[in-house]
Amino acid sequence: MAEQKKGGHLKNLTNGLLKENPVLRLVLGTCPTMAVTTMAANGLGMGIAATVVLIGSNLVISLLRNFIPKQVRIPAYITVIAGFVTMVQLIVKAFAPDLDKALGIFLPLIVVNCIILGRAEMFASKHGPLDSVLDGLGMGVGFTVVLVIMGSIREIIGSGTWFGIALTADLITPMGIMKLAPGGFFLFGCLMALANKITEKKTGKPAVGKMDGCAGCAGCANKEICGEIEKREEGEN
Amino acid sequence: MKQIFVILVSAILVDNFVLSKFLGCCPFLGVSKKMDSALGMSGAVIFVMGLASAATWPIQHYLLEQMNLEYMNTLVFILVIAALVQLVEIILKRYIPSLHKALGIYLPLITTNCAVLGVTMLNVDNKYGFWESVVNGVGAGVGFMLALVLFAGVRRKLESCDVPKAFQGLPITLVAASLVSLSFMGFAGLAENMFK
Repeated sequence: MAEQKKGGHLKNLTNGLLKENPVLRLVLGTCPTMAVTTMAANGLGMGIAATVVLIGSNLVISLLRNFIPKQVRIPAYITVIAGFVTMVQLIVKAFAPDLDKALGIFLPLIVVNCIILGRAEMFASKHGPLDSVLDGLGMGVGFTVVLVIMGSIREIIGSGTWFGIALTADLITPMGIMKLAPGGFFLFGCLMALANKITEKKTGKPAVGKMDGCAGCAGCANKEICGEIEKREEGEN
Repeated sequence: MKQIFVILVSAILVDNFVLSKFLGCCPFLGVSKKMDSALGMSGAVIFVMGLASAATWPIQHYLLEQMNLEYMNTLVFILVIAALVQLVEIILKRYIPSLHKALGIYLPLITTNCAVLGVTMLNVDNKYGFWESVVNGVGAGVGFMLALVLFAGVRRKLESCDVPKAFQGLPITLVAASLVSLSFMGFAGLAENMFK
């Protein structure tokens, strides 16, 4: 992308924020989105950790894109990503032990987060280092924003606090169900419907309405396989 | 022995991987549309989870802990799982072609399934022994199957429903998953009290 102008670089950055928001539009990384957003602070921590990994892995993979043979690219990407995840894991353990405890196994599980492998496959393996870093930053911030919004809603309704500050805790009895698993699924569904509604108004067609074939892995490295499963299912109909 | 049963029951019902731990949501939402693919996928998951638990335990205890390299386990485990899945695929293709035909296309999907890496991580975090790890792996896989099969039934009903336009597709599926997950909360406290 040598001939791309400055606006092109900026577009890579803003793409992840709204137009291709990884969670609400591309439907990647659903597991951590629902699992760690019991509190706004956890969502923010998870978002930052994933952003750091995303920027690092996008940069390295984009630099190595001409050296990695096509056949072994997925294991190579996973190794790069796992290296960055291990670094982030050690840093979080050292400087934010509470966050480490709150995120639990979802911190190491950033390795298998579809957003990161998906961006490596869809973007970093085809673009230069600068574009890839900007894409990683944009996607990471888009992911973080959704996590913080979800975490805030669940924390305010579920425990009556926001970032640990008491808001409505003394006035209304908090609805604990929002902090538990069903609340996560429910809120995520509602947010996605909201995103659908907004884009429908803007563009006239729903964004993720037809994502019922292979939802989670829509953008990940296994797209071809998903297509095969879908074909098989359609064949049965 | 009692411990093994407690692990099994909690992995299948109480701490169901998909519905209360949010592990493996992607295949849960993606492959639960048809009963056949739900069964194929979860069969492959049970198989790989049990094997991965068995394979990572000796690596953690005899390799990483001996060399003080526990912090490397994320990297090592994911590579072990990836290699294992490849190996299983080759072996099945060569010796049990019928099983390969049924599970084959689901196997590569499993490498990046967070439930498989998650179960090996939980085995380490909970300091399980070898058999406890294997039982936890298989139990988590069975729990995954239960969730997937139940949800495939729910989705079949959902198809004939009149859903508001913005909720069509994934959003209403997530709301339905929320209700299924709510019903699984009824199992809370079961494992501790069952074997008293």
